[in-house]
Amino acid sequence: MIKRSRLRPFRTLGHRTTDRIWRLGAGARLFWLTLISSGESFRRFHLTIREVYFTGVMSLIIIVVSAFFVGMVLALQGYNTLQKYGSSEAIGVLVALALVRELGPVVTALLFAGRAGTAITAEIGLMKATEQLSAMEMMAVSPIARVIAPRFWAGVIAMPVLAALFSMVGILGGYLVAVPLIGVDSGAFWSQMQANVDWHDDIVNGVIKSVVFGVACTMIALFEGYDAPPTAEGVSRATTRTVVISSLAVLGLDFVLTSFMITL
Amino acid sequence: MTQNIVEIDNLSFGYKGRMLHQGINMVFPRGKVVAIMGGSGSGKTTLLRLIGGQIRPNKGEVRVDDQVVHKQSREGLYQLRRKMGMLFQHGALFTDLSVYENVAFPMREHTQLPESMIHDLVLMKLHAVGLRGAHQLMPTELSGGMARRVALARAIALDPDIVMYDEPFAGLDPISMGVICDLIRTLNDALGTTSIIVSHDVKETFLIADYVYFVANGTVAAEGTPADLSKSSLPFVHQFVHGEKDGPVPFHYAAGDYKQDLLGFEA
Ligand SMILES: Nc1ncnc2c1ncn2[C@@H]1O[C@H](COP(=O)(O)OP(=O)(O)O)[C@@H](O)[C@H]1O
Ligand SMILES: [Mg+2]
Repeated sequence: MIKRSRLRPFRTLGHRTTDRIWRLGAGARLFWLTLISSGESFRRFHLTIREVYFTGVMSLIIIVVSAFFVGMVLALQGYNTLQKYGSSEAIGVLVALALVRELGPVVTALLFAGRAGTAITAEIGLMKATEQLSAMEMMAVSPIARVIAPRFWAGVIAMPVLAALFSMVGILGGYLVAVPLIGVDSGAFWSQMQANVDWHDDIVNGVIKSVVFGVACTMIALFEGYDAPPTAEGVSRATTRTVVISSLAVLGLDFVLTSFMITL
Repeated sequence: MTQNIVEIDNLSFGYKGRMLHQGINMVFPRGKVVAIMGGSGSGKTTLLRLIGGQIRPNKGEVRVDDQVVHKQSREGLYQLRRKMGMLFQHGALFTDLSVYENVAFPMREHTQLPESMIHDLVLMKLHAVGLRGAHQLMPTELSGGMARRVALARAIALDPDIVMYDEPFAGLDPISMGVICDLIRTLNDALGTTSIIVSHDVKETFLIADYVYFVANGTVAAEGTPADLSKSSLPFVHQFVHGEKDGPVPFHYAAGDYKQDLLGFEA
């Protein structure tokens, strides 16, 4: 008897490990099925547009407000350091680069996971729990093609747009702090920014990041909902997992992508 | 074209090792209302899922229109399902669509009908279930009985050959129950469909069914017309029809030895 209880931690560990691996496989399978069932999302593009509208509008306010504050803080912190070296006009570059390369895509993805991602998980989980997905199956309509795929592409489309918006509003916030408040020269602020932000290295790479985050966050949210046990508790756990897993995935992927972008 | 639109042949099925059905045989003749009755957990809903091909049998087969359901490709299965309409126990209406759009859904997915035609068809289906006036409501604004009628309108949207009803009477007030009861019979006769009703409400089911199967312990325990079964002296049928607590259908879920369970607890 003692022997068995000593082994229990290992058994638990084993169960957890196989469970994780199983979920990873199931997630990859759903991803694959979504990709091959995507025809309808484009043929009947209004289905996708409708979801872009929902996910976009849902995250819009929180993203605009956060971006504004992030931009203002960046300008304050940046000025504080830059003025020691007598280069406070470079503040525009600093704010723009920080936003376009890192904070725009990453913070947008984190906010998206918390706002739109959880809503997607809850919606799909509830559709499953109330047998709406089963009913669709019985009507000879594939839920993956009709429900999952349009939401997936909507997330992939919405994320870069939201990230771009985040960067723009952030820069505006930075401008308001740097120029009217601190008194940096407006012309220097913009011209330094224009001269030093590179189209490919900064902007394209930032867009690539946010597309990848869009794929990851949306797919995680969809999978958690699709896989949730069809109970209230199951759905609520799934929404929590969406936030945790998406956030970790975004930060992890950011490191990987950044290291590739810098070395290549 | 065989006389039976659905045939269940020596079917066995179980979830995770616990066998639920063991050698079930049933036939569903065209144009009839056939009921499957049995206690909660006797696998009635599962039987409908097997007919719809959502799960695969462990042994035996289900044939719909002479085609073996679990041997179909995905396309074949979807073709078969277009002959079926299913009314889920809780309606399963799409909560993000209005009543109108719920009924229009199968038409939009499977036909190229112009909008004006869809409009007329949807209103006709809603009229048939008495809810034409509710077409602009959202599912959350409906009572249980209304939701089930909308789900019924959606199930018959494409004039299926078979309509399956999962517990159509459960949880309804007596009036809604009577309404649904009449609807099932009327729609069946008017549209020439075959109806499969899963239920444990003896009174209503006996009222509208042409033929009844009783399932218990994974097999068909009794079958016959409602008139025959009412007179039946089989202990199981007697227990069910008269609602006795214990009898051939045990009160307890299959379990190990009680004493062993209580004393053998190990922390
Ligand atoms: N997806 C499932 N996984 C495992 N067991 C299930 C599942 N669905 C139903 N069961 C079990 O199968 C049995 C029969 O379920 P069901 O067909 O819903 O019965 P009924 O509709 O007759 O009440 C129940 O004991 C239930 O616990
Ligand atoms: Mg049931």
